Amino acid sequence: MKAMKKTLLAVAMTVAATTGVQAAGISNDVVKIGVLVDMGGVYADICGQGCVTAVEMAVEDFGGTVLGKPIEIVSADDQNKPDVGSAKVRQWIENDNVDVVTGLVASSVTGAATKVLTDAKKIALISTSASNAFTTKACSPYNVHWTYNVAALANGTVKPMVAAGKKKWFFITADYAFGHALEGIATKVIESSGGEVVGAVRAPFGTTDFSSYVLQAQASGADVVGLANAGGDFVNSLKTAAEFGLTETTDVAGLLVFTNNALALDPAIAAGMKATSGFYWDMDDQTREWSARFKARHGVIPSMGQAGQYSMTMHYLNAIKAAGTDESDAVMKKMKETKPDDFFARNATLRNDGRMVHDMLLVSIKDAASRKSPDDIYNIEEVIPGDVAFNPMLPECDFK
Amino acid sequence: MATIFGINLFALSGQLLVGLINGSFYALLSLGLAIIFGLLKIINFAQGAMYMLGAFFAWMALNYMGINYWWALILVPIAIGLLAILMERFLVRPIANEDHLYSLLLTFGIALVLQGAFTHIYGSSGLPYQIPDELKGGTKLPFMYLPNYRAWIIVSSLVVCFSTWWVIEKTKLGAYLRAGTENPQLMQGFGINVPLITTLTFGFGVALAGFAGVLAAPVYSVSPDMGSNILIVVFAIVVIGGMGSIGGAILTGLMMGVVEGLTKFFYPEASTTVIFLFMVIVLLVKPAGLFGKEA
Repeated sequence: MKAMKKTLLAVAMTVAATTGVQAAGISNDVVKIGVLVDMGGVYADICGQGCVTAVEMAVEDFGGTVLGKPIEIVSADDQNKPDVGSAKVRQWIENDNVDVVTGLVASSVTGAATKVLTDAKKIALISTSASNAFTTKACSPYNVHWTYNVAALANGTVKPMVAAGKKKWFFITADYAFGHALEGIATKVIESSGGEVVGAVRAPFGTTDFSSYVLQAQASGADVVGLANAGGDFVNSLKTAAEFGLTETTDVAGLLVFTNNALALDPAIAAGMKATSGFYWDMDDQTREWSARFKARHGVIPSMGQAGQYSMTMHYLNAIKAAGTDESDAVMKKMKETKPDDFFARNATLRNDGRMVHDMLLVSIKDAASRKSPDDIYNIEEVIPGDVAFNPMLPECDFK
Repeated sequence: MATIFGINLFALSGQLLVGLINGSFYALLSLGLAIIFGLLKIINFAQGAMYMLGAFFAWMALNYMGINYWWALILVPIAIGLLAILMERFLVRPIANEDHLYSLLLTFGIALVLQGAFTHIYGSSGLPYQIPDELKGGTKLPFMYLPNYRAWIIVSSLVVCFSTWWVIEKTKLGAYLRAGTENPQLMQGFGINVPLITTLTFGFGVALAGFAGVLAAPVYSVSPDMGSNILIVVFAIVVIGGMGSIGGAILTGLMMGVVEGLTKFFYPEASTTVIFLFMVIVLLVKPAGLFGKEA
C-alpha cells in the first residue's frame, strides 16, 4: 500500500513537472488574439472594426512582443449569429492556435463562444456584451467581462429616477435574451426601490415602426417609459416617442445608449435623456488623449466597448508578462491579482467571478446649443462607484 | 371610456390608424415591386436597397448640398429612377431572356453590394434626419395624438399609389404598357418602342422605392439595413396580393399594415410573423393571391 502511494506521488509529481515545463513561456512561440465581432450588422459601430483597431493600438503600445515573442491579431465577423461565432472560435482554437478570444458583442454570440472557450480552457475577454450571465448563471473561471452589464445599467439609470419620485414604469423591450435580461433586472431595481412596473411590450428585434408600442406606453399612465433595447431599435423607438409627443408628457429612459446612437439622434429629440455609460471620451485629459489617438485611426470617437477593449487587452498582455507564460490559468490568476488602472478602468478590480468592477458614469445628452463640437454629446452628471453599479458576486462563481 | 370585450375602443382606433399609416408605406413599396414584376417579369430584390438609397440620398442632399426635404422628395426619386434605368440597361437587360432566377440573383447581389458599401462608409448606427418644419407638431384627435408628419405620409403615399394605378389601368399610356409586355413583337409592329417602355417602367417602379425612402427618412433611422428589414415583408405582401396585381398590391399593403398594427396591440411578439402566417394561409386557399388571376 505504501509503495502504491509512493508510486502515485511520483506520477503526480512527474505530471506536475511536465505541465509546469509546458506552461512556462509562450505556447507556439506566439500570442494570438482572436477578435470576434459583428463587422457589418447592427452592432458593427459599437464594437466591430473599432474593436479590432483598439486591440491593434494596445498591441502596438505594448511594444508588439511579450516575453520576446510576437503578438498576432486575427479577426472575424460573427454576423451576430451564435453558430457562426462558435464555429469560428472552435476553428481558431483547434487549427490556428489562438490563445484568447475577445471582442464579443451580441450576448447570444458571447454565450455560445464562451462555452467553447471554457471547454478548451481558453480565456474570453468580453468587451461589449450586456448580459450579466457570463459572470452569474453562466460564469466560468475563464470569463472576463469588462465594460458594463445590465445590472450596472439598471442601477445607474433606473435607481436614481425611482428615488426622484418616478415610480410608475412602462417598458418597451427588445424581444430577445438581452432585452429580457435588462427588463428583468430593471424591474427588480424598481420594485426594491418602491416603484412599480405598470406594463411592458415586447417588440421583435429590428422592428421598424414603434408607433403602436408608443401609443400603448402613452395609454399606460406611466411616469417613465424605459427603452430596454439597443442600437437601431433604441434610435427608432426614441424617435417615434418624440414624434408622438410622448417625450413631452412622460420621461423616456434609454437603458443602453452608446455614443454612436447618441450621434445618430437629433439633439432636439434626445437632449436631457440620462444614460449609464462605462466610459466617455471627454471625461478628463487621460480619456481625451487616448480617444484622440483612436479617432485619428478610426474616424469616430470610441464607444465604451471600444475603449474597454483597449483597456482589457492591455491588462491581459501585462498579465502574461507578469506570469511569464500565456497559459490560461496562470494569466487569469495574474489578471485578478493586479488591479486594472488606466484611462478607462477607474477604482477598478477584477473580481474572482471575472466581473471587472469600475466607476460608471451617469450622463445626460446635451442639447444642440451647449455642444461645442459634433462629438460633444454628454454631460457627466455623476460618477457611480463600481460596487454600487454592479451586481454582487455569487458564491458559486468565486473562482480563486 | 367605451370598451368592448374589455378592449379600450379608443386605444384600438389609435392602433388601426397607425396600422393604416404603416400600410401606406407597404403599399408604396409593394406597388413598385408589383409593377416591375407584373409588367416586366423581373423579381427585383434590389427594391429594398433602393428604398435605403432614397433615404440616404435625402440625407446627402441636405448635408452636402443644402437641398431641403421638399426638393428631395421630387429630386431623389428622379435620381433613383435614373440609376435604375442605367441598371436596367447595362445589367438587367443582358439577362432579360434568361430564367427569372437570374434577375433575382442579380438584383439580390446589387442589394448586398449597396448595403455593404453604405455600411462601410456610414456605419451601421444610422444618421439623423429632421422632420421638415412645416410638418412638425401634431393634431389631437379624440383617441390619439396624430403627428402631422404621419398624416402627410398616408396622404402622399395614397395619392402616389392611386395615381399610378390609374395611369396603368385607365389611360392610353397604361394600355400601351400592358400591351407591350403582353406581346412585344406585335406592339413593335405598331411602331411602339417597347425596349424604351420597359426601361422607363423599371425606372418608375424603382423610383417609387426612392420616394418611399425619402418619406421614411425623418421617422425611421436612416441606416444601411433599413431596406433589407422591410423588403421581405413587402415581398410577402406582393405574394398575398397576387404577383403582379397592381391594385392588389396597394390594397394588400394597406390591409397588412392594419393586420400588423392589431397584432402589435394584442400580441406584439408575433408582429413580425403575422404577415407570413397570412401569406401561408392565402397561398393554401388561393394560390394566385387575393387579387391575382389564376394561371
